[in-house]
Amino acid sequence: MMNAAIQTNIARLQIMKAKVLAALRKGENYELKTELNSEYKERRKEAVRRVIANMTVGKDVSGLFTDVLKNMHTDDLEIKKLIYLYLINYAKTQPDLVILAINTFVKDAEDTNPLIRALAIRTMGCLHVQEVLDYLCDPLRKCLKDPSPYVRKTAAMCVAKVFDLNASVAEENGFVESVREALSDSNSMVVSNAVSALVEMNDMAPDHNVWSLDSNLVSKLLTAINECIEWGQIAILETLVEYVPRDEKEAENICERVLPRLQHANGSVVLTTARLLLRYEQYVRRADLLTQFSKKMVPPLITLLSSEPEIQYVALRNINIILQRHPKLLSKEIRVFFCRYNDPIYVKYEKLDVLVRICSERNTEPLLNELKEYAKEVDVDFVSRAVQAISKLAIRYDSAAEKAIQVLLELLQTKVNHIVQNVMVAIQQIVRRYPHRFDSVIEDLCEFIDDVNEPDARAAFIWILGEHSETIANISNILTSCLESFLEEEDESVQLALVSAAVKFFLKSPQQGQALVLKALQTATEKCSNPDVRDRAYIYWRLLSADPNAARSVVLAEKPPVELENADLSPQLLEELIAELGSVSSVLQKPAKLFVYKLTEKAGVPRGSDTVGMGLGDAESTLAGGSEGKGASGGAAIDTTNEGEPELLISF
Amino acid sequence: MASAVFLLDLKGKPLIARDYRGDIPLTAIDRFMPLLQEREEEEGTGLPVMTENGVTYLHLREKDVYMVALTRKNTNAMTLLQFLHHLSKVFTEYFKTIEEESIRDNFVIIYELLDEMMDYGVPQITEPKILQEYITQESHMLEITPRPPMAVTNAVSWRSEGISYRKNEVFLDVVESINMLVNPTGNVLSSDIQGAIKMKVYLSGMPELRLGLNDKVMFESTGRSAKGKAVEMEDIRFHQCVRLSKFESNRTISFIPPDGEFELMTYRLNTQLKPLIWCESVVESHRGRVEYMIKAKAQFKHRSTANNVEIIVPVPNDADSPKFKSTIGSVKYAPERSAFVWKIKQFQGGKEALLRAHFGLPSIRDDDPEGRPPISVKFDIPYFTTSGIQVRYLKIVEKSGYQALPWVRYITKNGDYQLRMPEPLTGGGSRLPPI
Repeated sequence: MMNAAIQTNIARLQIMKAKVLAALRKGENYELKTELNSEYKERRKEAVRRVIANMTVGKDVSGLFTDVLKNMHTDDLEIKKLIYLYLINYAKTQPDLVILAINTFVKDAEDTNPLIRALAIRTMGCLHVQEVLDYLCDPLRKCLKDPSPYVRKTAAMCVAKVFDLNASVAEENGFVESVREALSDSNSMVVSNAVSALVEMNDMAPDHNVWSLDSNLVSKLLTAINECIEWGQIAILETLVEYVPRDEKEAENICERVLPRLQHANGSVVLTTARLLLRYEQYVRRADLLTQFSKKMVPPLITLLSSEPEIQYVALRNINIILQRHPKLLSKEIRVFFCRYNDPIYVKYEKLDVLVRICSERNTEPLLNELKEYAKEVDVDFVSRAVQAISKLAIRYDSAAEKAIQVLLELLQTKVNHIVQNVMVAIQQIVRRYPHRFDSVIEDLCEFIDDVNEPDARAAFIWILGEHSETIANISNILTSCLESFLEEEDESVQLALVSAAVKFFLKSPQQGQALVLKALQTATEKCSNPDVRDRAYIYWRLLSADPNAARSVVLAEKPPVELENADLSPQLLEELIAELGSVSSVLQKPAKLFVYKLTEKAGVPRGSDTVGMGLGDAESTLAGGSEGKGASGGAAIDTTNEGEPELLISF
Repeated sequence: MASAVFLLDLKGKPLIARDYRGDIPLTAIDRFMPLLQEREEEEGTGLPVMTENGVTYLHLREKDVYMVALTRKNTNAMTLLQFLHHLSKVFTEYFKTIEEESIRDNFVIIYELLDEMMDYGVPQITEPKILQEYITQESHMLEITPRPPMAVTNAVSWRSEGISYRKNEVFLDVVESINMLVNPTGNVLSSDIQGAIKMKVYLSGMPELRLGLNDKVMFESTGRSAKGKAVEMEDIRFHQCVRLSKFESNRTISFIPPDGEFELMTYRLNTQLKPLIWCESVVESHRGRVEYMIKAKAQFKHRSTANNVEIIVPVPNDADSPKFKSTIGSVKYAPERSAFVWKIKQFQGGKEALLRAHFGLPSIRDDDPEGRPPISVKFDIPYFTTSGIQVRYLKIVEKSGYQALPWVRYITKNGDYQLRMPEPLTGGGSRLPPI
C-alpha cells in the first residue's frame, strides 16, 4: 500500500516537473508573446525592445514573427525601426511570412515624412527575399524621383540591392538607368551613392555594361567630388583610378583636379588620391608634373603616421609598396619612422621594415644606434627583427659593417639570453659577407659559448668556429667540448654544423685536427640517429680518405657572397597592388585572387569543404561546381590558379 | 564595402551584429577571436586586418569592446578602418564611453546609428552633429517625429539652416602639440609639431568665414613681404567644410562652419626642435636599491610659463619604499604605472629644477629583462606657439549683416613626448651623493 502511494506521488512529481520544464522552455518567448499582444502601447513597446535585445544576444525569437508584425503599423519611429531590424534578421528564414509585412512597407514608402519613406525603401532592399521584389518595384520607382534627396540617395543604393537579387528586374524596370541619371543630381549625397551603387553593380556583373566612364562623365564627377562627403569622394576617386584617360592632357587635368584631396582629414581619401596619382603615372609624361605630384604626396603620407595605430598600420604597409615604386621618396624622412616605446608591436614591425628599406648609406649610423635601442626592448620577436635589421644594413652597405659589428658586440655584452642568440646569427651573416675582415673579433665571441643555446645560434656559432679555426687559439678544446654534447644536441642543424666545422678544422690544421675529426665522424656515423647527419658524415669521410685535396677544394671552396634576400614584390604584383592601394590586398601584399572567394563560393568556410555549409549554402556550392568550367556565370569571378591546393589558401 | 559590422566583448562574443549584405554567414564572426589569438602566437601580435576562408576581418579595440567589420571583397581597408573610427567617435558623442555595459544599455540607438551610418556596406552620414539632429532618444519621448535634417538635403551637409544666436561669437584655439623623441644624451632623434586650429562657432544663419594666417606659401605667392615671421606648414589637412580647391588655387581658407565645436584644420611642421622641457637623468642601480637624479630644464622664453608640468619617470615594477627630494613641485609614487610622477604647477622659462629619488628593490629579483620605458612629459604653455603661427584675421560675413566677435587663444602642449632613459649605472661605489 505504502509503495503504491509513494509511486503515485513520484508520478505526480514527474508530471509537475514536466510542466515546469515546459513552462520554462516556453519561458520568455511565451511571456513576450502575451506582452506583444497587450492592449497597452507602452507594454507592447517594451516587449518589442526585449525581443530585439534577445535577438541581439543570439536567442531565437523567430517564433514571435507574427506577433511582432502586428506591432509594425505604428507611428512610433523607434518601434518601427526595431521591427524592421527584426524583419531583416528573419526574412531569409521565413520568406512567406514577410509578405504579411509588405502592406505596411508600401504604405510607409508613401509617408509624408522622408525619413520614413527612406527607411521603408532601405529596409525592403535589405530583406534579400525574391518574394518582396514584385512589391518593391513601384515604391522604388517613386522614391528614385522623390523630392527629398535623402530618399533619393537611399533609393539609389536600393537599386544595387535589387540588382543583386535579380539583375534583369533592375534593368527592365529602368532602375539602373535612373541611377545613371542620378549622377547628375543636384545633391552630392545622391551623386556619391549613385556612384557607389553603379560600382557595386558593375562588380556583380561586369558584362552587363552597367556604366562606362567617358570624358563627360569624368568631368561631371570631378566637379561633384568637391561637394561630396568624404565617403563619396573615396568612391569617385576609386572609380577614376579605373578610368583610362583619352589623352595625356586629360590625365594631367584629372591629377591636378584631385590633388587637393591630399589635404583631406580622412586618411582613406588621402591614400586613395595617392593611388590615383601613382596609377596615372603611366598616362602622364611631363616629368615636372610627375615630380610635383610625388612631392605633394610625401607630407600627407607622413601625417598618416600620427593617426590611430590601425590607420598607421595600413599606411605603413602601403608606404612599403609605394617605396618600391619610388625608392627615394621618403629618404629624407627616415626619423619619422623611428619607433615609439608605446607603438603597438604590429606598427613597430612595419616601421622597422620601412626603416631598413629607406636607409641610405648616409644614415646607417643613426639607424644602427636606433636599432641597438630596439634590440634591448622586451618583446622577443621585435628584438630578433631589430638584430636582423642590423645585419641587413651591414650586408647592404660595406661602410656600415664596421659599426654594425661594434653594435652587435655591445649587444652581446648585455648577456640577455635572446639577444645573444640573435646577435650570433647576425654576426655569422656579416662575417660570411666580409670574409676575414672581422677576424679580430672572433676570439672575443668564444667567451659567450655557454650563452649560445638556441639551435640556430649554436649552428651559426659553430660555423664561425669552423671558418676561423686558424685564428682561434684554443679551438681544439672548444670543438672537443662541443662534440661531447653532440648527441644531446636536439637539432640536426647544430650537428651538421659541427661535423662540417670539424672537417674544416682538420683540413686547415691536419696535425691538431686529426683526432677530433675522427671522433666527430665516428660519432655522427655510428651513434647519430638522424639519417641526414649520418649521410653527410659518410660523404666527408669517404672524401677525406679518397682524396684530401679534393676534399679541400670542396669544403674550403670560396663561397658565393651573401646577398640580401630580395624583399621586393614581383613587378607584376607591385603593379597590381599600386592599383589597389589601401585595399585588403595591399595590406596583405598578396594578389586578391588568393584570398577573395568567387561569388559562387561560400565565404567563412574553407575552400572546397562544401559539406560544412547547410541548406542553401550547399545548393550554392553545387551550382558553383557546375558552372566552374564555363567561367562562373555573372560575376567578378576570378580565375584561381591554385584551385587544386586549398590548404595553401586557408590562412595568411 | 563591409558585409557586416560587429561589436564584440573581450571574449569575442557578439554584443551587436548588423548584417548589411547577407553575403557572409554571421557565424564567421566566431572565427575572429581564434584568428586573433593564432596570430598573436605565431607572429607575436594580432593584426588590424586578417583574412581567413574568404572573409577579411578588420578591427579596432575600444576598452573592452572590439569593433569588427567583415568583408568578402578586396575592398578598401583604409576606408573601413576609418569608418570604424568614425563609428567609435559617434558612439562616444552619444554615450560618453564605449564599453560593454554602455553598448548593452544603448543597443536600440546603436542599431539606429548603424542603420543610418552605413547602407549596403557603404558608409553614409557619419557626422555626429548631423546624426544627433535626427537620431535622438529624446525625440521619441516627446513624440515628435524627426525628419531628415536640412543639412542632408542641401549642399552643405555639415550645417543646418535656421540656426540663431543672440550673441554671435567665434572662438579659435590654436593648439600645438609637440612630438619629441630624445635619446639619453640629449640628441633629438625626431621632433615635430602637430598643430590644430579648433573652433567653437556660435553664429546665426549661414555665415561665410575666411581665415588668414601668416602662411609663408601664401605670402610668397601674393608677393607680399611678411611683417614678422611667416610659417611654412608642411601638411595641412582641413575639415570637410573648407573649400579645398580654393585653397589649392590661392591659399585662402574659406568655409561655412558647422555649428558648435569642431576642428577646422591640422598642420604639421617637421622642424628640428630643441626640447621645450628637457630632463637629464642619471640612474644608479645597486643590489637592493635604485636611485635617480633628474634635472629638468625649461628651455623656452623667460616670459612664458609652462603650466601643469608632469614628468613621469618609469621605475622597476618591483620597486618599493620611495624617498623623494625635489627643489620645486611635488613627487608621488604611482606603483600602478610603475613610475613616479613629478608635478610642477608652474615652470618658468629658463629655470631649472632638480629631483632625487631613491627606491628599495627586493634582493631576489626576476632575471627577466625589463624594458626601459622612456620618461614622458606633460605640460601646457599658454599664449605661445612653437611654430610662431598667427591668426591674422577671421572675416565673418552673413547676409543679415550682423557683427560677430572672434576670440583667439594660443597654446603649446606636449604631444607624444618621450625622453629615453640612460642605462642604469651599476657596481662600484655610489656616484650620486645620498639624499
